[in-house]
Amino acid sequence: MAGKFSQRELLIVGLLAFIGLVLLPCLNAFVPAGNPLHVSTFALSVYGKYLTYAVLALGVNLLWGYTGILSLGQCLFFSLGGYALGMYLMLQIGKLGQYQKEIPDFMVFLEYEAKYPATGGLPAHWIPFRNFGFAALMMIVVPAVVAYGFGFLAFRSRIKGVYFSILSQALTYAASLMFFRNDFTFGGNNGLTDFKFILGHDINSPVTKRTLYICSGLLLLGVYVFCRWITSTRFGMIQRAIRDSENRVLFSGYATANFKLFVFVAAAIIAGLGGALFVPQVGIINPSEMSPEKSLEAIVWVAVGGRGNLLGPIIGAIGINSLKSYATHAFAEQWPYVLGLLFIFVTLFMPKGVVGLPAQFREIWRRFKNRNQTADLPKAVIAPTAEAEKPLQPTGKE
Amino acid sequence: MTKEFILTVEGVTKTFDGFKAISDLNFYMDTGELRVIIGPNGAGKTTFLDLITGRTRPDVGKIEFGKDTDLTQLNEYEINRLGIGRKFQTPSVYTDHTVYENILLSLEGSRSVWSTLFARITPAQRGRIDEVLETIGLKDKARSKAGLLAHGQKQWLEIGMLLAQNPKLLLVDEPAAGMTDEETAKTGELLISLAGKHSIVVIEHDMVFVRQIARKVTVLHQGHVLCEGSVDEVQNNERVIEVYLGRKKKEKP
Repeated sequence: MAGKFSQRELLIVGLLAFIGLVLLPCLNAFVPAGNPLHVSTFALSVYGKYLTYAVLALGVNLLWGYTGILSLGQCLFFSLGGYALGMYLMLQIGKLGQYQKEIPDFMVFLEYEAKYPATGGLPAHWIPFRNFGFAALMMIVVPAVVAYGFGFLAFRSRIKGVYFSILSQALTYAASLMFFRNDFTFGGNNGLTDFKFILGHDINSPVTKRTLYICSGLLLLGVYVFCRWITSTRFGMIQRAIRDSENRVLFSGYATANFKLFVFVAAAIIAGLGGALFVPQVGIINPSEMSPEKSLEAIVWVAVGGRGNLLGPIIGAIGINSLKSYATHAFAEQWPYVLGLLFIFVTLFMPKGVVGLPAQFREIWRRFKNRNQTADLPKAVIAPTAEAEKPLQPTGKE
Repeated sequence: MTKEFILTVEGVTKTFDGFKAISDLNFYMDTGELRVIIGPNGAGKTTFLDLITGRTRPDVGKIEFGKDTDLTQLNEYEINRLGIGRKFQTPSVYTDHTVYENILLSLEGSRSVWSTLFARITPAQRGRIDEVLETIGLKDKARSKAGLLAHGQKQWLEIGMLLAQNPKLLLVDEPAAGMTDEETAKTGELLISLAGKHSIVVIEHDMVFVRQIARKVTVLHQGHVLCEGSVDEVQNNERVIEVYLGRKKKEKP
């Protein structure tokens, strides 16, 4: 499974990349609206959102599928990346806000001008976010630093398994409570919204939307290649060894805490980058993105798609979110139940997710064929061959 | 004293919730020695290995490796890097990796995150892996997943993983558990062939196996060394018969 790109994989990834990165944007840009082949800018933006979710899912998979660390707080890092870019976008609005002041609307509303008179109402830590480069740096640095701090403490204290999961969930919950507060200077429960410009371009223009979509696709491709590379190195082998037998790795001279910390920080950066591209396409970031159930959803995408391989999480993230978009129109109330049942079904009957289905069907087909063959033969013939008996056992249980 | 001890354990006590797992234990081992530790269940054998390998720390006492490396202040991977390898009671191998990869991950060399990101297999490493696979008799299984091996083969693979680290001291916990007689005998031969090059501590229950490999036996009882000597000396020691062999003999038909 490790190693270089196989031809088949290259073909699949190449084809998907062509459809996603070239075909869809072209259908949006060059096919006139009204033509059945036209992809609307709205649809493209929605796909762009799914792509950023797929990026998040790849990070979850690197942690959970490959290293066995089930973090229920990955959406915290997704949101932190989103907030970092959101702050830049807020400051780009300029005087076009409702209050027509230099500072974002919520700051006027919350009377920051009186609170921070020296800077005209802008809290000091907001000032550098006028610069896009700084914001771009922060959408990597902030998730990485938070993940490093939390991971360092947790992994050094040997917090593992379900305890780590609970703690990571508590972390994201605590962070969401903090961000909900108005005096935390990030817009409280309304979050950051009403964006107008990005790098001088109108954020709602079709060209900008298309560009953001393509950026999301490129990010997903980049993260895919990164994950592909890292899982094929010796580091990747140790990752999976930690998942399967952490003690053996530790007693073989590897400081497992450092390896887990590295993966945790990498997954946080991946999530942060995904979040940063999510925000301009969705047009809002608020603390509900950090709530524990969002992170749980990401776990479901990965489980349904298939963890421990690289296409599964992407399929899961895009598939389930498409389903969600449809379901929240058709039967919004029941959606959480559907999602929950889906998760239970997949856990019970599809341990390798959607990606593992072909192999599962092949196995069922093989058993079916064997049963038919053995049924046709007289008992005396099949009895002495041990090979023929093996496939009989599972069917005998039924 | 001319000869240098590879392992010095003096006055070690370890208590778990009031239960004295190890009590005032003294243990000395020569370089290159093959030592067998026996003792009834709960005698503290596995705790003893835990103390040496840094899994738990002693309440009091001294554990030194070689001349004067204090093991009580180091953690598991630091102790391993000094050259102390441990095989667990239940075979722990990387089930999702091939036998070859299991050995590869255990080879001597840098264990830092960065070095593993850019590590490549050198021809020398390839040779070493083949050598280890030859020694443990799993050469024809090199490409199969370790999870698919038979129980005895997993035990050998784990011993092979220790060998790949080229440790000075090997700690082997019940290597023959769950093996057929033939496999047990083979394991014994393997351990005997390794003695001298490495210092080896073997914990074992199976007295036939102990007879096969042991030169010097240490009997643990209630966290304390009951007696030490050759197999015959130990088996004729009245106190040993009382706490250990007497009971063992009754069980045997």
